[in-house]
Amino acid sequence: MSDATTTNPEVRPRPGDPEITPELVAEHGLSPEEYERIVKILGRAPTFTELGVFSAMWSEHCGYKNSKRMLRLLPTDAPWVIQGPGENAGVIDVGEGYALAFKIESHNHPSAVEPYQGAATGVGGILRDIFTMGARPVAVLDSLRFGDLDSPRVRYLFDGVVKGIGDYGNCVGIPNIGGETVFDRGYEGNPIVNAMCLGLMKREELITATASGEGNPLMAVGARTGRDGIHGATFASEELSEDSDEASRPQVQVGDPFTEKLLLEASLELIASGAIVGIQDMGAAGITSSASEMAGRGGSGVELEMSAVPVREEGMTPYEILLSESQERMLVVAKRGREDEVRRILEKWELEAEVIGRVTSDGRFRVLEHGVPVADIPALPLTEGCPTYEREGVESKEIRALRETDLSEHLIPRGDLTPTFLLMMGSPNLASKRWVYHQYDSTVRTNTVVRPGGDAGVIRIRGTKRGVAATTDCNGRYVYLEPRTGAMIAVAEAARNVACVGALPSAITNNLNFGNPEKPHIYYQFREAVLGMADACRVFETPVTGGNVSFYNETDGQAIYPTPVIGMVGVLEDVEKVVRHHFRSPGDAIVLLGTNTDEMGGSEYLYVTAGMVAGAPPRVDLLAERALQQALLDMSAAEVLSSAHDCSQGGLACTLAESALGEGERPLGVEVELDDDLPPVALLFAESQGRVVVSCPLEHLDDVLARAQRYGVPARRIGTVGEPEGTFRVTMRDGSVSCPVAQIAEVFFGALPRIMDVPATAEG
Amino acid sequence: MRVAVITFPGSNCDYDLYKAVQLVGGRPEFVWHRERTLDGFDAVMLPGGFSYGDYLRAGAIARISPVMEAVAEFARRGGPVLGICNGFQILCEAGLLPGALVRNASLKFESRDVHLRVERTDTPFTGDYAAGQILRIPIAHGEGNYEADPETLKRIEGEGLVVFRYVDAEGRVTEVANPNGSWHNIAGLVNEAGNVLGMMPHPERAVERLLGSTGGLGVFTSLLHSLAGSAPAG
Repeated sequence: MSDATTTNPEVRPRPGDPEITPELVAEHGLSPEEYERIVKILGRAPTFTELGVFSAMWSEHCGYKNSKRMLRLLPTDAPWVIQGPGENAGVIDVGEGYALAFKIESHNHPSAVEPYQGAATGVGGILRDIFTMGARPVAVLDSLRFGDLDSPRVRYLFDGVVKGIGDYGNCVGIPNIGGETVFDRGYEGNPIVNAMCLGLMKREELITATASGEGNPLMAVGARTGRDGIHGATFASEELSEDSDEASRPQVQVGDPFTEKLLLEASLELIASGAIVGIQDMGAAGITSSASEMAGRGGSGVELEMSAVPVREEGMTPYEILLSESQERMLVVAKRGREDEVRRILEKWELEAEVIGRVTSDGRFRVLEHGVPVADIPALPLTEGCPTYEREGVESKEIRALRETDLSEHLIPRGDLTPTFLLMMGSPNLASKRWVYHQYDSTVRTNTVVRPGGDAGVIRIRGTKRGVAATTDCNGRYVYLEPRTGAMIAVAEAARNVACVGALPSAITNNLNFGNPEKPHIYYQFREAVLGMADACRVFETPVTGGNVSFYNETDGQAIYPTPVIGMVGVLEDVEKVVRHHFRSPGDAIVLLGTNTDEMGGSEYLYVTAGMVAGAPPRVDLLAERALQQALLDMSAAEVLSSAHDCSQGGLACTLAESALGEGERPLGVEVELDDDLPPVALLFAESQGRVVVSCPLEHLDDVLARAQRYGVPARRIGTVGEPEGTFRVTMRDGSVSCPVAQIAEVFFGALPRIMDVPATAEG
Repeated sequence: MRVAVITFPGSNCDYDLYKAVQLVGGRPEFVWHRERTLDGFDAVMLPGGFSYGDYLRAGAIARISPVMEAVAEFARRGGPVLGICNGFQILCEAGLLPGALVRNASLKFESRDVHLRVERTDTPFTGDYAAGQILRIPIAHGEGNYEADPETLKRIEGEGLVVFRYVDAEGRVTEVANPNGSWHNIAGLVNEAGNVLGMMPHPERAVERLLGSTGGLGVFTSLLHSLAGSAPAG
């Protein structure tokens, strides 16, 4: 490790570079204190090129300066964790010699500006994070949030994002197995676009992104470097304003899924050949971050020659080359002497590979232009020395007041609640998302056991009996109203979803989408949410193996709901025993696991009927949730269930309806009677936690109830599955819902097409 | 049964096809698009995907790949050729099948299960089905809307070249059952000689109960049985 204060007299400003002024430093998103730190590290003023490099590496996106200290509080270890945070993706052992790499990542800012390319390149980036670990991507999920669909601008964003995700994943040939789509005015200006990818490999195929071995060549592989996306990482770490649309469009990259597919095949072949030491996506901050991070992890240095980088256009400066975020590029550290082997593999896939530098042992990140040094920075301070902040966190008074809102008047309605129920089923949040996932190939690679639309997507691991389940979850309203509880619920719901299909919740990746952390009330949300997540992950034994932080999701000072999306994976030991969410046979008993309450805070009912986001989110008992997960696993292993479906947004009534409808091919009637001493609105629509609706053949009913009891999970039969095209009826003491199931199907499946399948026009 | 699975840059259903052939006891082999011969193979399959990104037009660049001359020669000699999804598009672009596949009427990618009715059982790929049998098979495409000029369409129906048609669960040809706007609900058709089949739905994705349906299995078993009863074509 070289002395951080060594002066390197060779580095001089390039002719034509702008002068380093306080304004220029500020434009690069660096504070005066951070600039002083850079001067101290270098022992001199940085050149323009170096300023750009620091700006990218010390952005929130790459440097995690506002989140690092809190993230240390998350549990990251378990016996089955092979790779925790800090690599391209986390990796867990899923048995029978297989390892699963998985990660989630955001592309919120680019998608707000250019929805199609923004979302598409989000998928591209997360795929590369997975295959650079040596794993073949086997599934993607997408977690999306938009404003209300009555805005034409929101419809334009929604349509573009879904097309972008679909076109990219479909072309590369990775099935989409699930996710979520949420609509709420809280996301009006800032859509959330998070993409998660799962990859499978044999344990021994794991490779990490390190640059080691002095003299080993660094090779740029894949697409050429252009001027697109320069400073994307810094852009992602700023708030948006009304002008962001036009001004920021050049910072959005353009995706090429065809090249990605070739890159995927070539990378896996490269890794298998043994001709390379490490490989990393040139993602955020491009060559800069990939080269310096690989050097940082390898405890070595790198030297790059800018004139050797294959470029798309003439006259690019080192600054531009270093910070370009052109897509579908990788940095490969080859073994010295095996460069030709690397080239041959890439040529087969019609890709380029050029040596652009080498690994050194002096711990420096050195950049040359025709042999003349233009940047010379100690690598470790660059990657690890980013100042970190623990900021002041204070809860907003307005939100506290909202939480304390008296909701009792909303529990008054009684009698025939069928119209309200149908209104709920047609709400874009509760309605079927078929319009979305029918645009995604979900069956390519012929491993998909549970497609989108269920509690969790499931793929089998070919050649074994096993399967992997995955889901993404977060109810931002809950987190907004009470961050700690909301984050716990996000983890609990994800675990419930995974357990419903019969998989053991194993680990999570998280995507922490928040506003500007420099504001005390936002930092409060962030801190509380991380603490809640940590608690839940500890109780469920689902460590965090990595993820992504996306701050500054604000438009004109208005932050999104704090949205820590949980991407959870679980393992099925016998994938043949998978449990699905829809009712299967008329005459089956319907059993409720868990307890009904009258907690209406943050519910979809309030949003739909009163346009409100208020009250306290439902309480969550982590130990009870854990017991529920175990009971579900026990029941699925014993093969006594016909179906299992998590009860979440929209409450019990909507859960029952979704189980009745399935994918709409053979909707079944439902006859349910609830004798709880609770208002009918609460019974139907409260979003009380810790509940799952299961169905089973009558001969298994006693067994199911006994198994629930064994785990201390409240369970009772609440009704019976009816005939195809029958009646959906829920009877309570003071109210009821009753209508043909076909009528619900019409509302539920028709809602999004009715809104979206009209000629869409882009605003402004 | 030695089956060539042709792989173009951008093919992404090649592996699925390989596994489906293997499942019924066939011997699949990947053949890279730069190969120029298909000697020794009993059948040739063109998988789905996005050859060359479908950037110019689906299948338009793949058709000029070196291997396509060998595929045409193989077909001319009567060898069974199956093109699925992008493979169907390539066969049309290469002139081995009439017509073209244009953008879905919905202008959206359509990924879901559809029902197909078997219209012909006298092809190498459908002998194990019953005439009129209803199959459930996934589709996943953005350009599967079959069309041709009026003369050709007349000939297609006149000569009974349609092998699969989109229908509802009861086997009725309806507009709702048509996922992409194809003329006369055409999901798959053969050439006049009956040895080249193109279809948009993915039979290779419907060969295992665990994954939802076994409706596509017959395509592969039929081929196996048909080849067992005839001399190798290659």
